[in-house]
Amino acid sequence: MILLVVEHADGKVSKSSREMIAAARALRREGPITALVLGSAVAAIAAEVAFSVDQVLVADMPELAQYDAELWAAAVAQIASEGEASVVLIAGSRSGREYSPRVAVKLDSPLLEDVVSLQSKGDSLIAERYTYLARVTETVEAKAPIVIASIKPGAFTSATPRANAAEQFDVDLNLPPRRLHVTGKITEHSARISLEEAEIVVSGGRGVGSAEGFTRLVEALADQLGAAVGATRAIVDAGWRPYSEQVGQTGKTVQPKVYIAIGISGAVQHLSGMNKSKVTVAINRDAEAPIFKIADYGIVGDAAQIVPAIIEALRR
Amino acid sequence: MRILTFIRQVLDAEESVRLSGSSVTLDNSKLVIDTMDEYGVEEALRLRERGADAEIIALAIGPPGAQDVLRTALAMGADRAIHVETDARLDAIALSKVVAQIAQQEQIDLLFSGGQQADWDSHALAPATAERLHWPQITWATLLELKGTILTGKHDTDEGSENFTVELPVVVTTQQGLNEPRYPTLPNIMKSKKKELRKETLDQYGVSPTVSVLREEIQVKARLNRILDGKDAQAAASQLVDLLRNETGVIA
Ligand SMILES: Cc1cc2nc3c(=O)[nH]c(=O)nc-3n(C[C@H](O)[C@H](O)[C@H](O)COP(=O)(O)OP(=O)(O)OC[C@H]3O[C@@H](n4cnc5c(N)ncnc54)[C@H](O)[C@@H]3O)c2cc1C
Repeated sequence: MILLVVEHADGKVSKSSREMIAAARALRREGPITALVLGSAVAAIAAEVAFSVDQVLVADMPELAQYDAELWAAAVAQIASEGEASVVLIAGSRSGREYSPRVAVKLDSPLLEDVVSLQSKGDSLIAERYTYLARVTETVEAKAPIVIASIKPGAFTSATPRANAAEQFDVDLNLPPRRLHVTGKITEHSARISLEEAEIVVSGGRGVGSAEGFTRLVEALADQLGAAVGATRAIVDAGWRPYSEQVGQTGKTVQPKVYIAIGISGAVQHLSGMNKSKVTVAINRDAEAPIFKIADYGIVGDAAQIVPAIIEALRR
Repeated sequence: MRILTFIRQVLDAEESVRLSGSSVTLDNSKLVIDTMDEYGVEEALRLRERGADAEIIALAIGPPGAQDVLRTALAMGADRAIHVETDARLDAIALSKVVAQIAQQEQIDLLFSGGQQADWDSHALAPATAERLHWPQITWATLLELKGTILTGKHDTDEGSENFTVELPVVVTTQQGLNEPRYPTLPNIMKSKKKELRKETLDQYGVSPTVSVLREEIQVKARLNRILDGKDAQAAASQLVDLLRNETGVIA
């Protein structure tokens, strides 16, 4: 079977899960596409994914109410070996990328990490992934009875549901004790569309001047376009914006239809999170800023003047 | 206690990547300590300066040139270094076998490694090593405090951050924001020349790659580079909106 671990948050199946289902279907391997749902009070999640896969395994336990790398790795490794999975797909989110290596070690299997394509070739799996801060694409091959792959969010087109729901089965897990104790949580919720789901992203950097400048320029333009907002590490570190909005090497990777960079210099660490966007737009007062090298469109000028003029032009 | 900081030598982020045939070549390129790993060396030193009675060991696994980054770590203040010399490219799952064995031999209590490798963009080494050692892990730490064998702090998660408590031994991944790495001073550079840098060979660890790299390519997306002068903000803005609406059709 192909096992995929459903990612969900706030009672909803994440877009990354639908993308993994698409990746699983494209493998055209024998055996059922099996979704594993881990969590507490996850009946609705299981019911939803049942429309897109061949079977659903559900571990609905209070112990799983909160994610933990060791618990997740133990659960996935157990189910993968009991079900004799040949491929295990895990979302390439921060958490997915931190527990998938543990699954690979437990199963003594190779890990194809953060892949943007995945294909079966005979009994091997061939994948592409980005390296060197997303400047290089490498093609890698893994050949083993079980291969673990983490799937980069945004790289696959979401699978469409089918008319009939697959059967659901409850599973029993042998979980290790929790060793990492979470004593506080800072969750950053925004009323806006999330970075990963948005077709348009408007991002701001130090060139917006201040936290208020970000609101006045970046958020106002995003509101006008129905876009998500992103930020550079520089302004997240300065406390202007929450970390959940950070784009780049140590933040999120996005591939929207349009990425609008306002007052962003274009450091490689930032570019690695957005250089696969379809169309890129840069607004910067420095004509030499590296961001212009990867821009389809750009305006050299003061963001404080240019952005309100763009909003004005959009309203016309 | 003993702290192991795993460090790698990578292409300087400011340098452009070059290919030779179907693979990346680092010949004649500027190579540096991976910044993400450097935060780990710095954090080990700071934990000691704040009172931890720790011996700090730097570890690198790579070609002969990788000893340069070990020299950097020693000059920053690490006590000794281990260099497993190899030209082989090992994926994170294979490499973790070597790191875990060394952590065991050296009776390590706390292991640092960067959150993401600047060359292979991988996050997998630290978690894989933690699993081999049966230790817990903290990824993307931004704050650490050590009291006896209890490590507390803060780290980044999918949507925000968490405060945590965990008991040693543990593997921790480091990143920007955790600290500001120091520059080695000249006296410390001189002093570090006398510190132990032990060389080992890879064969004794019994590892081979689990993933093979078929090829590497630079796929540069062609960009239009239509850059407008914004001296007349209204005119430039109207033209941009027109282009986005009518030339690309990406906005309504
Ligand atoms: C290990 C590591 C990881 C990192 N990870 C990330 C990451 O995930 N994401 C990230 O973004 N960065 C990351 N960085 C930081 C990165 O190197 C840059 O420092 C950062 O991206 C710069 O942010 P910035 O563009 O906002 O600021 P700056 O580089 O200061 O650029 C500001 C820009 O605004 C322009 N400007 C100024 N005033 C105006 C105005 N009035 N109108 C128009 N333009 C104006 C300037 O010309 C300049 O180009 C990382 C760094 C390291 C070492």
